[in-house]
Amino acid sequence: MSSTKVIHALYNDDDILMDAVHKTRAAHHHIEEVFTPFPVHGLDKAMGLPPTRLAICAFIYGCYGLCFATWMMWNIMINPDGGWPQDIGGKPSFSYLQNMPAFIPVMFEMTVFHAAHLMVITFYMRSRLWPFKKAENPDVRTTDDHFLMEVSVNGNEDELVKFFQGTGAVEVKVIDKH
Amino acid sequence: MYTFSSKLKTFSFVLMLVGILGIGYGFLTAPKTIQDVEKILKEEEAHHEGGHEAAAAHHEATAESHEAAETHEAAAETTVDSTTVKHEEAVAATTHDTIAKDSAAVAAVPAAEAHTEKAEAHAEKADAHEAHDTKEHAEHVLHQLQNKPWAALYVACIFLMLISLGALAFYAIQQAAQAGWSPILFRVMQGVASYLLPGSIIFFLLLLACGFHMNHLFSWMAEGITVKGHENYDAIIAGKSGYLNFPFWIIRAILFLTVWNLYRHYSRKNCLAQDESNDNTYYKKNFKMSAAFLVFFIVSESIMSWDWIMSVDAHWFSTLFGWYVFASFIVSAVTVIQMVTLYLKSKGYLENVNTSHIHDLSKFMFGFSVFWTYLWFSQFMLIWYANIPEEVTYFVTRINVYTVTFWGAFVMNFIFPILLLINTDFKRITWIIVMAGSIILIGHYVDFFNMIMPGTVGDRWFIGIPEISSLLFFIGLFIFVVFTTLTKVPLVPKRNPFIEESKHFHY
Repeated sequence: MSSTKVIHALYNDDDILMDAVHKTRAAHHHIEEVFTPFPVHGLDKAMGLPPTRLAICAFIYGCYGLCFATWMMWNIMINPDGGWPQDIGGKPSFSYLQNMPAFIPVMFEMTVFHAAHLMVITFYMRSRLWPFKKAENPDVRTTDDHFLMEVSVNGNEDELVKFFQGTGAVEVKVIDKH
Repeated sequence: MYTFSSKLKTFSFVLMLVGILGIGYGFLTAPKTIQDVEKILKEEEAHHEGGHEAAAAHHEATAESHEAAETHEAAAETTVDSTTVKHEEAVAATTHDTIAKDSAAVAAVPAAEAHTEKAEAHAEKADAHEAHDTKEHAEHVLHQLQNKPWAALYVACIFLMLISLGALAFYAIQQAAQAGWSPILFRVMQGVASYLLPGSIIFFLLLLACGFHMNHLFSWMAEGITVKGHENYDAIIAGKSGYLNFPFWIIRAILFLTVWNLYRHYSRKNCLAQDESNDNTYYKKNFKMSAAFLVFFIVSESIMSWDWIMSVDAHWFSTLFGWYVFASFIVSAVTVIQMVTLYLKSKGYLENVNTSHIHDLSKFMFGFSVFWTYLWFSQFMLIWYANIPEEVTYFVTRINVYTVTFWGAFVMNFIFPILLLINTDFKRITWIIVMAGSIILIGHYVDFFNMIMPGTVGDRWFIGIPEISSLLFFIGLFIFVVFTTLTKVPLVPKRNPFIEESKHFHY
């Protein structure tokens, strides 16, 4: 498949876009990407995208944060070889469990901190977002009030253009991608 | 329209019957006189097995007083020794002064004798003290054992009543917040809240029984406790008697129970009237009434928790206690609403309830569980950290004597729900919700058990026949009342302004 041509179909209403996505999927055209100015509820389901696993990541990061906090405080406050298990105001530093209530606030915050920040960083990495990254919008109007569906061209180009014009698109363009 | 399945009805009757028998058994087997208790204590001492902490503690006390006597004897001996040594030195210094030596020896002997006598007197005193202690101890144990069936009844009664109150508060919140998802469940919530009337009547009778000295659940009600010079006089409680006195206490109970029941009654009446009306007048009335109720509720709920739960430990106080109790019963109430919804849906009565409604209720179960834990921990940690003797005793008793139930409640009310309900998919799976819900409900019963029991039965606690059968009786009554109410009206409100949105709610 040597063709690098794609169709850019532009819509100005999210309901029409949803209809078009359904029709395109029914006609077995491969949707490369959809650009929208705001989240369109149900679009991911219509496109058949798999659910995100970010929440699972966050849970694991949270567990890690909890372990990290426990390990850190045990080594500093309790560990008899290496830490400083001193008597501070009569708190029982004989074992971690005995002084646990005092550590809970830190354990909680560390759990939340790791879950939140590591998840956000994971999100940035997985969606390839960083400062000075070159913006990828194919048409500036997609950040304002237009919706754009990008479909790869296989076979008959004219038929495909006609198909998308039939889906209520306000504009259909054939683009040569490099 | 829902029809009460005959199986469930029979089940509720069986629960009530078994419960009544068990409650009766609990009252019959409670010791009547101090002689009974002395017999029990003797038997315990004879068995001398682990677990009888009271007996062990008693022995320790005796051992200590003996030790004290021994120390005195030892002290007397040392005095003799030291005087002898001194006199030998004196002999070395003035070799010929035998008179001095003799007189000193004579002086030393009576001193030593006096000391031994003193030590003996101490030992005697300790013995007398011990006898007095045994009697006082037996009386103490008698009160605890007599309290046992009462406390069991009290815990089960207040727990189920507060569940229905929690359902009412949740319902009021949904109305005042104009929630779009929940109107489909209003009749279920009203059903669960309908137990409030019978529940509060029984509970009120229990309060009266406490006030008329049929039990010793509330130590501040004891006779002569505020009378100076009386053997029961307690200066701390006397200082609180402006608030903790029976007439004022029972008037507060009447006020709270009445207003809650009035709101329940009129809110349901308006909800039914709204079904038949042509405009939204009744809906608006309910909206305003719910907002007003919520204001009253949060004030009365706080005071209620001081009156009915915190005053069991009349020497102790905590500022966030009202919230803590609220968190405990609101999560139980949401869980019960969820379980009743799942039951009715499984029988095919709630066709418009979809997994999104179930999911929302699961989220509330999860969120309120964490909220309860937050308050539980805040209360515990602040007291543990500062460790002020006058308030830390509350947790010392619970951790030392109620170890299993104290930490067990934490595990059941936090660890299990957070692990079971954190997953979005799990929040929609019936058997997981039912499992988590059962754990939450048992956990919060245990939570109420932890609040009431240490102040009423102390180390004589056990989850045995009186406790379980009290719970069974009230559960049976609860099921009977709730499902009877559900049969009275259609399960879906007709003209609620949000009912269409609620029917098509999707998350």
